[in-house]
Amino acid sequence: MAQIELVDVVKEYSVWHRAGRVRRQRKLVRAVDRISLSVAEGELCGYIGPNGAGKSTTVKMLTGIIVPTSGRIRVAGKDPQRQRIELARRIGVVFGQRTQLWWDLPLADSFDLLRHVYRVPHDRHRANVNAFIDLLDLGPFMQTPVRQLSLGQRMRGDLTAALLHDPEILYLDEPTIGLDVVSKARVREFLASVNRDRGVTVLLTTHDLTDVERLCTRLVVIDHGRLIHDGTVAEIKSRFGDHRTVVVDLEEAGPPLEVAGAEVVGVDGPRQWLRFDRQATTAAAVVAAVAEQAALRDIAIEEPDIEDVVRRIYSGDAASTPDLRDDPSRA
Amino acid sequence: MRLYAEVARRAFRRFSTYRAATLAGAFTNTVFGFIQAYVMVAVFRVRHDVGGLHRVDALTFVFLTQAMIMCVGLFSAGGDVAERVKTGEIVVDLYRPVDFQGYWLAVDLGRAGFNVVARGLPPLLAGALVFDLRLPGPFEWAAFLASLAVATVASFGWRFLVALVTFWVVDDRGPAQLSTAVVMFFSGFIIPLNFFPDPLRWACRALPFVTMVQLPIEVFLGKHHGLDLARVLAYQLLWAAVLLAAGRAVLPRATRQVEALGG
Amino acid sequence: MVDVGTIAVYRRLIGARVRSDFGFRASFAFRLVSACVITGLDFAVIAVVFTKIGRLGGWRFSEVAYLYGACGVAFSVAETWIGGVDYLAVRIKQGTFDRVLVRPMSALGQLATEEFALRRIGKLFQAGAVLVAALVAIPVQWTTGRILMVPVTIAAGAVIYGAVWVATAAISFWTVDANELGNALTYGGNYLTQYPITIYSAWLRRLLAFVVPMAFVGYFPSLYVLGRTAPSERFGLPSVVMFSSPVVAAAACAVASAIWRVGLRRYRSTGS
Ligand SMILES: Nc1ncnc2c1ncn2[C@@H]1O[C@H](COP(=O)(O)OP(=O)(O)OP(=O)(O)O)[C@@H](O)[C@H]1O
Ligand SMILES: [Mg+2]
Repeated sequence: MAQIELVDVVKEYSVWHRAGRVRRQRKLVRAVDRISLSVAEGELCGYIGPNGAGKSTTVKMLTGIIVPTSGRIRVAGKDPQRQRIELARRIGVVFGQRTQLWWDLPLADSFDLLRHVYRVPHDRHRANVNAFIDLLDLGPFMQTPVRQLSLGQRMRGDLTAALLHDPEILYLDEPTIGLDVVSKARVREFLASVNRDRGVTVLLTTHDLTDVERLCTRLVVIDHGRLIHDGTVAEIKSRFGDHRTVVVDLEEAGPPLEVAGAEVVGVDGPRQWLRFDRQATTAAAVVAAVAEQAALRDIAIEEPDIEDVVRRIYSGDAASTPDLRDDPSRA
Repeated sequence: MRLYAEVARRAFRRFSTYRAATLAGAFTNTVFGFIQAYVMVAVFRVRHDVGGLHRVDALTFVFLTQAMIMCVGLFSAGGDVAERVKTGEIVVDLYRPVDFQGYWLAVDLGRAGFNVVARGLPPLLAGALVFDLRLPGPFEWAAFLASLAVATVASFGWRFLVALVTFWVVDDRGPAQLSTAVVMFFSGFIIPLNFFPDPLRWACRALPFVTMVQLPIEVFLGKHHGLDLARVLAYQLLWAAVLLAAGRAVLPRATRQVEALGG
Repeated sequence: MVDVGTIAVYRRLIGARVRSDFGFRASFAFRLVSACVITGLDFAVIAVVFTKIGRLGGWRFSEVAYLYGACGVAFSVAETWIGGVDYLAVRIKQGTFDRVLVRPMSALGQLATEEFALRRIGKLFQAGAVLVAALVAIPVQWTTGRILMVPVTIAAGAVIYGAVWVATAAISFWTVDANELGNALTYGGNYLTQYPITIYSAWLRRLLAFVVPMAFVGYFPSLYVLGRTAPSERFGLPSVVMFSSPVVAAAACAVASAIWRVGLRRYRSTGS
């Protein structure tokens, strides 16, 4: 059953901007433009897009903070805005930019307050707190007021706070923002285990594509409020990554090779990197052409880097323009 | 001097961007003006004259207090300067090659310049539409504006002193509130000093607060002429100078306090 | 809907708030005192005015003091318990209103309790003192009805003020820059009710009786307590208005909560 379901969801903000000295003009900004999406129970779904794509707006609609302009949203079968309170018990949210904790109180106090706010049974709460203290190494700063925590410590506190009431669904809006490498790894590991062991459905928004690659079984990409891809990480690579790289180890170092349809993008002693367009030629043809010119010791074919793929999608020069983008009804 | 003029101009511009807030504020001033006006109407239904004020004077008085309040800045004790102290940013300010007090005075005058029109005219006009107010001739207007300017400087001098208290007490809101209460009571803001029994009235005239509200309004109402008017303005100037000088005297001590705290 | 458990949670939220306030204990005491002084200024005005005249709008000093005290106590109760909604504009601007909406409790309740300000009870002490003194001083024959009417006045008044508070705070859902407009109605409303409404002109009296129901906070029920002429003789209103404050309070609540709900649906959060 779909835990999260969006059908043709639109969110428009009206913004005022100056036109001349005194007059102001109203403009409608379409932050989310007819997105339809359905996330099944237990999925860990990445939700990415460039700045201003509409990710946070989507998450806010899913939590019932804001109301969509049109379209239908169901979370666990409920309307997030009308049944906000009922639903709030079943979802957890982390907005990486902003804490949900009590600024002036120690972490332990915040957790205790949340126990009452969510009415979590005492035992269950204690078990959860202890488990998360272990998993996220919160022990050393449980008694520190939140305002004195570092960003990474606070984020771990926020993650815990979002999960203390055993939510079925977890929304994460940039939970790894500003974290160092070690903390990021720890948070990722934590999220994976929450998804795996507790069966929590996770919707993850991030700008760190390593997060996506390590964690997500599914990847949704939006841009300018529109859905432009929905599939697995591998699918997106094969769909948008129209270049492959052949890495060849030659018997001896030499000048860059000359191969039709491919381009040498790196040379390191006897090793050379040749990038080619999948539309124009094939890996076999490139390898054959290389073998004609030099003695080969080893070959490898590199998949496109996710960063690279996504950069190309964002900048709008992905070769295979998906059909989804051209919507005849909007022309 | 150019620099301070520019600072003041910026402050003016900054305040002029808060449009909805300005409208809402002007509305609030007008509402309070009306309530006080009706109290005065009730009073002057029974009395003809209170301490030299007549009905028309008293009504003009209450709308003027509402019109002046944002210009003179009675409510903003603490304010920006206290905020700088609290955040420690003052340390940076003190190293700047501008005079600290002069800089903030310029900001305050810019703010006042905006408020004198945007927050001053609406309550006064609304009051004049509904009630019979005493609107003076061009000479009194000019004298009033001069008096108002000095009142603003004197008020700034006082608020600057209050803000410096933040150096010692961490949280500025307590002193700021207490200062507001004192100024409101002794300046003639909440009720014309004419209503006070004579000894209290004379005591109030010896305090600096009288120069911030009561005296400019008396000038507006044409209660002072010729030499007397000059004396009033001189008295205001004297207090403005004293308060500014006191601020300058306290500032180095206060900054030593910061350095002692380690910034 | 508001069961014991919910109240207990709100109590904890208030507790958390008070605990973090006490981090600045010295300044807290200072602010409590200055809040007392500042709210006392309103009464000082009344006292000063009465040094010049014997009656204001036909009311004696002790009667106006009773009106002031009853309204003041009602107002401070409302201010203490629901005045935190004033912070809606600030919270929206800071983006911290969102977190209230992700929790399984009423947004209004959370806001009021999270922004609970103990120092606001300063006014309660000050207005309470005036009220007690006035109750002793007013020259009325105390009957059971009159005695009972005093707490009813205060309770209904507190609810009406609270409703006005919520309704005006909800303006921030439309524009965050205009919360001073709310102050005009809450603090201004309190200021208005401190005087017998007979001093106001006809249009303002009508506004207070029918639109922003401030006349029901103090004036109408006080007519009964003070044994003054029934409003029928002045306003053409039936005497029952003296007793209808609780009904008006309920209606005000309904209107306020409708405005709040509409506003909440309009809420658009912040960009980041
Ligand atoms: N409260 C608001 N009022 C007006 N416009 C808004 C508001 N919130 C978001 N927007 C606009 O909607 C669009 C989408 O914003 P959103 O915050 O959803 O982007 P995002 O995908 O989360 O971006 P980022 O990666 O930068 O966090 C942007 O153009 C933004 O300017
Ligand atoms: Mg975002």
